[in-house]
Order: sequence, then C-alpha cells, then structure tokens
Amino acid sequence: MACSHCTNPVNEEAKEIVAAIGAEPEFAIPLLQEIQRRHTYLPEDLMEAVAEASGIPIARLFGVATFYSQFRFTPQGKHLIRICKGTACHVAGAELLASSISDELGITEGETTGDLLFSLESVACLGCCSLAPVVMIDDEIYGKLTPKKIKGILKEYQNGKA
Amino acid sequence: MGKPKLLVGLGSCGIAAGAQVVFNHIKEKDKGVLADLDVTSCVGMCYAEPLVEVVSGEERVLFGQVDTAFADRILKGIADGRLPEENRVREDSDGKEYLARQVKVALRNCGVINPESLEEYRAVGGYQALEKCLKELTPQGVLDIIKESGLAGRGGGFFPTGMKWSFLAKAPGDDKYLVCNADEGDPGAFMDRAMLEGDPHGLVEGMLIASYATGARHGYVYCRAEYPLAIKRLRKAIEEAKGQNLLGDNILGTGHSFHLKVKEGAGAFVCGEETALMASIEGRRGMPTLRPPFPAEAGIKGMPTNINNVETYENVAFIISRGAEEFNKYSCGRSTGTKVFALAGKIKRVGLVEIPMGMTIGEVVNGLGGGSSSGLPVKAVQMGGPAGGCIPRSLFDTTIDADSINATGAIMGSGGMVVMDETTCMVDVAKYFLAFTQKESCGKCTFCRIGTKRMLEILTRITDGKGEEKDLDLLEDLANHVKKTSLCGLGQLAPNPVLTTLKYFREEYLAHINEKRCPAKACKPLITIRIKPEKCTGCTACARVCAVKAISGERKEIHTIDPDVCTRCGLCLETCKFDAIEVV
Repeated sequence: MACSHCTNPVNEEAKEIVAAIGAEPEFAIPLLQEIQRRHTYLPEDLMEAVAEASGIPIARLFGVATFYSQFRFTPQGKHLIRICKGTACHVAGAELLASSISDELGITEGETTGDLLFSLESVACLGCCSLAPVVMIDDEIYGKLTPKKIKGILKEYQNGKA
Repeated sequence: MGKPKLLVGLGSCGIAAGAQVVFNHIKEKDKGVLADLDVTSCVGMCYAEPLVEVVSGEERVLFGQVDTAFADRILKGIADGRLPEENRVREDSDGKEYLARQVKVALRNCGVINPESLEEYRAVGGYQALEKCLKELTPQGVLDIIKESGLAGRGGGFFPTGMKWSFLAKAPGDDKYLVCNADEGDPGAFMDRAMLEGDPHGLVEGMLIASYATGARHGYVYCRAEYPLAIKRLRKAIEEAKGQNLLGDNILGTGHSFHLKVKEGAGAFVCGEETALMASIEGRRGMPTLRPPFPAEAGIKGMPTNINNVETYENVAFIISRGAEEFNKYSCGRSTGTKVFALAGKIKRVGLVEIPMGMTIGEVVNGLGGGSSSGLPVKAVQMGGPAGGCIPRSLFDTTIDADSINATGAIMGSGGMVVMDETTCMVDVAKYFLAFTQKESCGKCTFCRIGTKRMLEILTRITDGKGEEKDLDLLEDLANHVKKTSLCGLGQLAPNPVLTTLKYFREEYLAHINEKRCPAKACKPLITIRIKPEKCTGCTACARVCAVKAISGERKEIHTIDPDVCTRCGLCLETCKFDAIEVV
C-alpha cells in the first residue's frame, strides 16, 4: 500500500493526474485512461496512489478497470496490433487472418511477444467495413488483407518500421 | 471566376484507403496555386475511396479511386480547364444506381462541408434552426413540431422522440440532463461514426434544440473510444460553438443555458443500453439496472434525463428549418422520414446510404448496393447487429419500416446491413454473434451470463460436426429462456441471430448435424482442402507456404495434401496460380 506521507515519484505522479482530471468518482474512467495513456497499462502501485490522492476507493477503481475491455494490467508491446472482428471482417476472413498473425508471432489475443515488440488484441469493429478484413497497427489501418499480405507488413515492423 | 475548391474526403475509412496521402500530395504539389485545398468527411461512397471533389461555383465533380498519379491529372485538368473524364463516381453507372434513390436528411452535410469549420456549417444554414427555436418558438412549439414529424429513436428502439422529450419537459426541477448515445457498438455498423466525423455541429445543434424544448441544462455525448477522429472533431465543434456563445450561459442573449461535454467510453458493448450508459457516465461499471424508474424520472445523478442517439439528433435541425411535413412526407406504416444504413459484407458497393422509409430490402441490397461482390447470389442480409437477425432472400420484398422488419424476427436496429452470399455459413454467423454477446454480457442476469455460454457451446458442437438433432430443440428452449429472463436489451435480444437462422436456414443446421457437411464450405472441421491432380503443375509454391508441412510432392509432379496434418488455413488456396486447389 502506498504511503500518503512520503513523497515518492508514484505519489507525485498520482497527484498530478488527479489535479489534471478531477477527483470526483465520476472521473474514475478518465483517471484510468490517463494512467494508461502514460504507461500503456495500469501499474498497480500507481492505481493505489491515484485512489489515495482522489479519495475514490481502490476497490471501485479496480472494479471499473476490470469491467472495461480498454484497460490492461500488463505492459503493452511497442506496437499494438488490433484485429477487427466486426461482422464484415468476419465474413471476409478475419479468423484466418488472426490465426496467421498468431502463428507468425507465437502469441494469442491479449498477449505480448517476448521481445516486447508486439501486443495482439481484437476489437469489435473499426468502422472501416469497406476495406474488410482490416487490422490496425498503432494508428495505421491496413485493409483488404490476406495472410500473405499481413506477414509482409509484420516483417516491416520487425525490420524497424516505427 | 475564382479558384476552384478541392475537397478530400478525410473520414476514418477514407484515411485508411489512402486519402491522407493524396491530401498531403496535393498540398505539397499545388501549394494552393490552382485550387483551394480543403477537408471534408465521408460522403458515403466508401466503395470508391479515396474521394476527391472539385467544386467550382455550382458545379461539383467527384472523383473516386484517386491515387497520387490521378491527383496530378486532376490538378492538370484544373490548369487546362478540362477535368479528367474517368473516375467520375457520381456520373458512372455505379454512382447513378447508388445515389438515385437516396434522400439526405441526417447525412445532409456529410462529405459536403468541412466538419471542422463552424463558418462552413453556418454557410449551409447551420444554427438557423436553433435561432428560430430560441427567438420565435416556445418550448412547447418545438415539441409540437417534433411530435408532428413522427421522428422516432434511430438507435433501434423507434420510440417517438417528441413523446420522450415531453416526458423530460414535464419532469420537475431545473437540473435535467440530455445525453447523446454515440456508443455505436454493433459490429458492421458505422453510421454514427460518419455523422460525428462529418457533421459534428449538426449533432450539437440538435441537442441544443432538444435542451430548449425540454429545459435540460447539461448534456453529455457518450462516444466509444474506438472513434478517436470522431471525438476530436466533436470536441473541436463544442469549443467553436462555445466561442460564439452557441453553448454555455445565456445563449445568444436569450437566457437559455446549455453545457455540453464529451465522455469517452472504455470498451463495453452493454454501455449502449441506456441505464448502463448512465452508470458509465457516472464513472461506475456499466451494468444495466431495472426500469422503472425510467431515465426521464431518475437518470444521471438521480436527475431527469433524456437519451437519444446520434442520428436522431442529426434530424432535428432539418425538421425545425424545413418543417415537419418535409420530413414525414416519406413514411411507411408508423415510420416516417429517412434511415441511414451502413452496407457492408459481401456487397458490391459498400458504404453509407440514407433512404426514405418504405423502400424494400431488395431495392437497397440489389439496387443501391449492386448485389453481391462475388457475383454469387445474395443469400441473406443481417440487420440490427448482435441483437438483430438474418433476413433471407425470399423476404427481400419486405419494406423498410420498423414494424415490417420486426415482423421478420430481425430488428431494424441502428442501421447495420451486412450482406451474405452463398459462401457464408449461417450457423457460423449465428455462432459469431452469440460469441460476441456472450463475451459482452455484463454477467448480472444468470441466463444471459450462463445461458448464452451454453448456447455457444451447442453451436460450436454443431459447426465442429459433433451436433445432434436434439441440440436444435435445446437451443430454442435456451434461447426463449434467455429472452424472458434478462433485464436489458442485450440479453433479451441476444438469441435473435440464432432464432432467425433456425427459422429461415434450418436446413443448413441439419446439413451440419446429419450429413456432417457445411453447405457454404466455411466451417473448418467439416471441409477438406485438396489438390486437383489434373490442374497441378508441380510448381511447389503451395508446399513452400504451408506452415505445417501438410503438402508433399516433388517438383513437376502432382502434389498432395495430408488431411490429418492440414489446418485448413487456406494459405495454399491463395498462393496457387493454377486454380489447382479446392475446398470440398
């Protein structure tokens, strides 16, 4: 449990976050989003410190964090791969695409590669149905993919594409 | 005559198709010499993206499939005074069929104006409806017009909007809330995204008019986090509107006050349900609660609240400016006005269409949409997302209005239309949607939490070729229990995809069960991939791509696939240049 009397960096950061977002319970989601924006995941010590600084019970913060699929509790890889599993992508072969990415990287959805280069997730729909099947890597959307094409794209990132 | 304007369609889908690259190229190359470059959003012709439009005076020419090379040709055409004849997507046969019967009300500004400019919104009559309300009409007068128009909730509920607003107007006290549900979660639906990205001021104005009619002083737009561009443009619109005293206190000096905020969702489909959405806005787990009390009695922070979706609000300013008759002249049964649909799946022209109520499903799918993309017959259309159902080709004469669609067992929903052809397995589709709702169930109601899981197991058994005929009775029994014993729409409607496919495509279920065969050749455990000996040239390409080494054969000799090793990934099918691999 973080101690409120010491000034360690985690407590300082928590105070900063609460000051920027707000301390009311209605800000639980934005607070967690801010933590994740800074760290790519929700570090336990920082969550506890934010609970302390805002006065929102830690149980409530954890309850909210575990309910919504956006939040994760382990660090994310350098590149986030999001496979669209929307209906249009599903009928266009999203499952096949997902399994070929899994085969290529040796991870399944929700996991991160050992070298911390890729994290793999699926999303319900990216709303780019005209380009199905679609994969989003970081902020870039790749459409009309086939297992062969995605392997080439992953290679580019493995070879250092930022 | 002044310089023409060049509009590049920068919606999320356009950007993904390469429109940003085209925009940057034109900016770099022309530097504003020949034309004024500007941004617009999705005009709905997703199949033809990236889109660039040349506007000079009244004349608008829209070009599709624009790459950097074609952008150069457009620039040259402007310089020479002769625009290219090709790729004119409004004038070609595709465009004519696609656009001919559309009526743009909610989408009136999408792809027409720069969504990040309040000035452009004003130039097309924006905020005049608000001024008319504030200065010429009483709140009751506004309610009467909305009631007369017949506008009903476009999120899928089709509850009369005017009546809903009057509940809030009658609620006591000053502390009332308005919410816009922009948590568009149905996979395969992107209507709200397009409107938020393309006409954010239209939403703000609709909500402002609602706030005047109902007396609400606070508002939230609850938008899913997966739509970053929509959130960015909406925030910008709100800031601009505040800057011109269109939001805030004492709006335009009339004494009316309204404060609007954006709340970002965090990835939970159930938050599209109104009580869950309000819980999420308050920073809690998004779990639905029992109604009554209805939001109009006790909503956000226990205060009276009204919730409508994006498309509903986008219609409001049009109705006020042009009159209720201009809106309800399109009607079919109890449904009036127009409806936006997202056409996706195996359809030739993917995109966003807005049609008057009363067109038939077939006219939309085969007429506007151009039939299937594969050339194979269209088998069914899925309407209403995970809460909806599959409507077979035999019912394509059904008119599009809330009552007629509901009668098929599907629902109109928020407007997703996913088209399926003969290569789509209907059992797999039912399984897909159930897997979705099962995962998104909040877990509060037992049948929704566990019943959907058991149903999913049965469906998986069937698609694995291990089903029995009695499984179908079990499925139906469970489905009816889930419907009856769930608190919210997610659970009550979750069995719809299963029930409608059982109703209309029972023979496909039976083929899986009795013949251990998937008629669409889509369920992996029930198919075999094999090499056609008469066509194989022994090029070895398939053997080289196979990740599990299931393909054997010497160079220039006929190859074979070992079905016990093969994972049916399909990579060899995609690789073979000689059409020598088939699925049986």
